[in-house]
Amino acid sequence: MKLPSKIYTFLIFLFLYAPIIVMIVFSFNSTNSTGLMAGFSLRWYAVLFSNKNIMQALYNTLILAVASALIATVIGTAAAVGIDKWKKNLFRSSVMGVTNIPMMTPEIVTGVSMMLLFVFMGRVIGRQGILGFGTILIAHVTFNLPYVILSVLPKLRQTDPHLAEAAQDLGCTPLRSFFKAVLPSISPGIVTGMIMAFTLSLDDFIISYFTTGPGFQTLPIAIFSMTKKRVKPDMYALSTLIFVSILVLLILTNVAQARGENKKKKNI
Amino acid sequence: MEEKIIIDLKNISLSFGEEQILKDLNLYIRDKEFLTLLGPSGCGKTTTLRIIAGFLEPDSGEVIFENKNMNGVPPHKRHVNTIFQRYALFPHLNVYENVAFGLRVKKMPEKEIKTKVNDMLALVNLKGFEKRNVNSLSGGQQQRVAIARALANEPSVLLLDEPLGALDLKLRKDMQAELKSIQERLGITFIYVTHDQEEALSMSDTIVVMDSGVIQQIGTPQDIYNEPKNAFVADFIGESNILDGIMRRDLFVEFSGHRFKCLDSGFEKDELVDVVVRPEDVEVVPAEQGMLKGTVTSITFKGVHFEIIVDIKDYKWMIQSTDYQEVDSEIGLLITPDDIHIMKKSVYSGVFGDYSSFSEEFDELSDVNEEVED
Repeated sequence: MKLPSKIYTFLIFLFLYAPIIVMIVFSFNSTNSTGLMAGFSLRWYAVLFSNKNIMQALYNTLILAVASALIATVIGTAAAVGIDKWKKNLFRSSVMGVTNIPMMTPEIVTGVSMMLLFVFMGRVIGRQGILGFGTILIAHVTFNLPYVILSVLPKLRQTDPHLAEAAQDLGCTPLRSFFKAVLPSISPGIVTGMIMAFTLSLDDFIISYFTTGPGFQTLPIAIFSMTKKRVKPDMYALSTLIFVSILVLLILTNVAQARGENKKKKNI
Repeated sequence: MEEKIIIDLKNISLSFGEEQILKDLNLYIRDKEFLTLLGPSGCGKTTTLRIIAGFLEPDSGEVIFENKNMNGVPPHKRHVNTIFQRYALFPHLNVYENVAFGLRVKKMPEKEIKTKVNDMLALVNLKGFEKRNVNSLSGGQQQRVAIARALANEPSVLLLDEPLGALDLKLRKDMQAELKSIQERLGITFIYVTHDQEEALSMSDTIVVMDSGVIQQIGTPQDIYNEPKNAFVADFIGESNILDGIMRRDLFVEFSGHRFKCLDSGFEKDELVDVVVRPEDVEVVPAEQGMLKGTVTSITFKGVHFEIIVDIKDYKWMIQSTDYQEVDSEIGLLITPDDIHIMKKSVYSGVFGDYSSFSEEFDELSDVNEEVED
């Protein structure tokens, strides 16, 4: 690479990551000044971990992310298998279109419409304060579904359509043939979909904000409510931790994928 | 050949939407025979195989296995195993586990599985490949794993759906011989689907020639080649010159303006017939000695022989001869009664024409289409 393009690339990355770098640096600040780096300390990490409110929100977020990712993965995989069986025609492409629309819709629209639906349903069954873990879980599963379907479908298309038949031919019932022959070959797609669903659910704010109630606060909502007051550096510490965990997760999936591809290449 | 009938297909019909794939098909398969379903793409041969395997249900008709009606019985309950076109090996399992798959489903004890898998791998010459990933194997080796996997279940009938289609010519020849020898050693029935007539002729006990969902002829390879029933079979199996003829009386036929002695009888007087003369049966002689005279329009060297296209009364004949002939020279043809085969007129009469448009490329193009066929 020539020097000017090196500088250009460096500037781009600096522009992209400067905010995060600044945040990470200030999370280790020993005072709560945002202008002056007084000294290195883990003080704000300690403050963070002793904040019961934040820890509860973190726990809620993780439970929600795991649950919604798992549910979305099961439903989404089943849907992908069904869609894959259809012949390519207008019906199939419209189903795919309908599946993809939620990804394009602005989150605010999804959030408001879901809240309206939940409140309306609550009225219908005569319950006040229906918003809570149940509703936010349904909302998260809903917006995660298309991502799971989209990551499983290509894998299904790459799979030999005769695999399931071969398993049945060797004595498996149709259901068992799916688990023994098809599932193992589409599992990389399923895992990718699940991780995607997990991270999407983890950092969702807008839809969560509309579909949850006072009893169930997720981390992004908790942080947002704190910004109404003065933001303390413990939030920097928290954001740093989230950033690092996502980074690690990303690196792990990339390494796993690269390994899988290498293995394939070696075998060919 | 034993006369026990293992599979009996009775009046099978099947349509996909508007398109009728099989029309009232009747076929019985004897125990321990090597039967080949042969035909061009879209003739219904793979569909027939899938009906036997249980992946498709016929709209009407009966599928009978050893005197039991199998209609509605799902694939996993049938004593047949299939070798798929692209093998359909399980990519997440190694060679050993692929072969053991069916045995594990049956919950066979681990010890027996081991012996059985080892026997099967020995049978297909893949000893020492147990731990290999199936994707790391060559096409021929994958093919062998597929055979071992299917045979490990001890099926009474093995179904093979164009199993050698993806292999190169040399390997295909080797595998043909090997499949035939496996079939003879194990003494099980093979039902083999192919569009390759040479493969069919060299391996089969019985060939079933199909076109447009209808069986055109059933017979031994010799029967099919020497006594084709109609112009379709004559054209599809090997090369043939198919001419319009008139049966003047028993043992006498007239075509290309000449009267020939033949061996066929049982036709009406002056009945219009199709006459088949195989290119390799004709003897080339100097023009004045020939029964028929014609001009050489092209000659191609084929290694074993020359392929000569001769124009006789506007019909382009194909002749195979070991002697070179000059293009535009006039030559004579000698045809003995033994070389002539007479067929009744059928819907295929006059469909195939002569060799004026013959080209190797056409053959290859039709092969490409075959690969796309599902």
